[in-house]
Amino acid sequence: MSKESFKVKVGLAEMLKGGVIMDVTNLEQAKIAEDAGAVSVMALERIPSDIRKDGGVARMSNPHMIKEIQDNVSIPVMAKCRIGHFAEAQILEALEVDFIDESEVLTTADEHAHVDKHPFKVPFVCGARNLGEALRRINEGAALIRTKGEAGSGNIVEAVRHMKMITSQIIELQDADLLEKAEEFRVPLALVKEVAKNQKLTVPNFAAGGIATPADASLMMQLGAETVFVGSGIFKSQDPSERAHAVVKAVTHFKSAKDVLTASYDLKDAMKGILMTDIPEDEKFSNRGD
Amino acid sequence: MIGVLALQGNFDSHIKILKKINLKHKLVKTSDDLSYVDGLIIPGGESTTITNLLRKNHSLVDGINKLSKKKPILGSCAGLILMSKESNDLRVHNFAFLDVTTSRNAYGRQVHSFEAKINVKDGSISSDIDVLFIRAPKIDKINNGVEVLATFQEEVVAVRQGIHIGISCHPELLNETLLHEICFKGKHEIS
Repeated sequence: MSKESFKVKVGLAEMLKGGVIMDVTNLEQAKIAEDAGAVSVMALERIPSDIRKDGGVARMSNPHMIKEIQDNVSIPVMAKCRIGHFAEAQILEALEVDFIDESEVLTTADEHAHVDKHPFKVPFVCGARNLGEALRRINEGAALIRTKGEAGSGNIVEAVRHMKMITSQIIELQDADLLEKAEEFRVPLALVKEVAKNQKLTVPNFAAGGIATPADASLMMQLGAETVFVGSGIFKSQDPSERAHAVVKAVTHFKSAKDVLTASYDLKDAMKGILMTDIPEDEKFSNRGD
Repeated sequence: MIGVLALQGNFDSHIKILKKINLKHKLVKTSDDLSYVDGLIIPGGESTTITNLLRKNHSLVDGINKLSKKKPILGSCAGLILMSKESNDLRVHNFAFLDVTTSRNAYGRQVHSFEAKINVKDGSISSDIDVLFIRAPKIDKINNGVEVLATFQEEVVAVRQGIHIGISCHPELLNETLLHEICFKGKHEIS
């Protein structure tokens, strides 16, 4: 795929900046999200916290459910495919979803390779815990990177870890042997050089995985995220619409503590959340894919 | 100094363009941020999201309306929809700085987004510039007092009314500065 068409893919990611992308499981939730000011919705049958609870194999959502949402909201609609499951990705492209999330939240389909994203016209977003992962995904054709965080946990600790890791590893490139780094990250030297020079990823960098409150959203924006994904945090709370409005406001005005305070003021309880020590290592979504 | 509305959207890429043409910029999130600006950019993004945030801030809407009487405003994509007098989506705020009718996502979903060259014509300027159409709107109807600034395949893709300019696509994503220069630097000749 030509460089020009890659720009078209990154172009949509640019449009989503300064916004909130919300997980929704049905049309009603999608409309609540759109009315609250979401820039995009992620259509999936079960939100991550329920996938975690239910167990079993988590696959691409039913196309019928995705289509119903596409037909009734005007904002971009994203959907998830399993890591390495290029046939699911092809179906989502045929359905004309606006963005495909090759997601660790679903059960991994290929333990050795991610989807080759270059041949697709639809842009992909992929999760990353560190700079190496982010660059491998970009090299495979991802037009947008998000932190993995720990989806469905309602706990921001992993998203913070991943965002700070990526930021500090980019700074470290300034004094590093870039050829060595390219080998370590298993990506072309030219990509490492570009990131070292611009001191930022070559595609937008969003936050995801554990964001539950306006304060969490503000924190991730202040740590350098350009937009936030909110998964279970909104529709697992007691007041989804109010919380959705509040997180949107907190992202726009993330630097103004007064505005984030106003946004937070009348909210009811957030989702309960899980401690990382209570999730067995082999059940952590963020360990899937490298 | 040019203000860039930064409620949501691709305000970054417009700031890059302002830097490239040596204009200072200021992020605009509240009405206070509009003081001392000599113009405003309303970027692309989601027009429903930007509307939602504008509706929570009446003083900002009033401030932008007031600014429009004296200072140039440039809008791209969602910015064009917000600046138009009428759009096909009644949920979206219309500042009515441009007497045009627009329709959202008129080319379809993201798989139908594309790169193109558009022809910009203004006085002695006639220049092809590179742009991206990202889930772009269309200008369906232009009324009295609206000039056509650019076309693509015989469709109007940029307009001017008085001092204000609206563009349905994104020259700023491909580092094209011409329309920003025309709007904020009164560029009339090829330099």
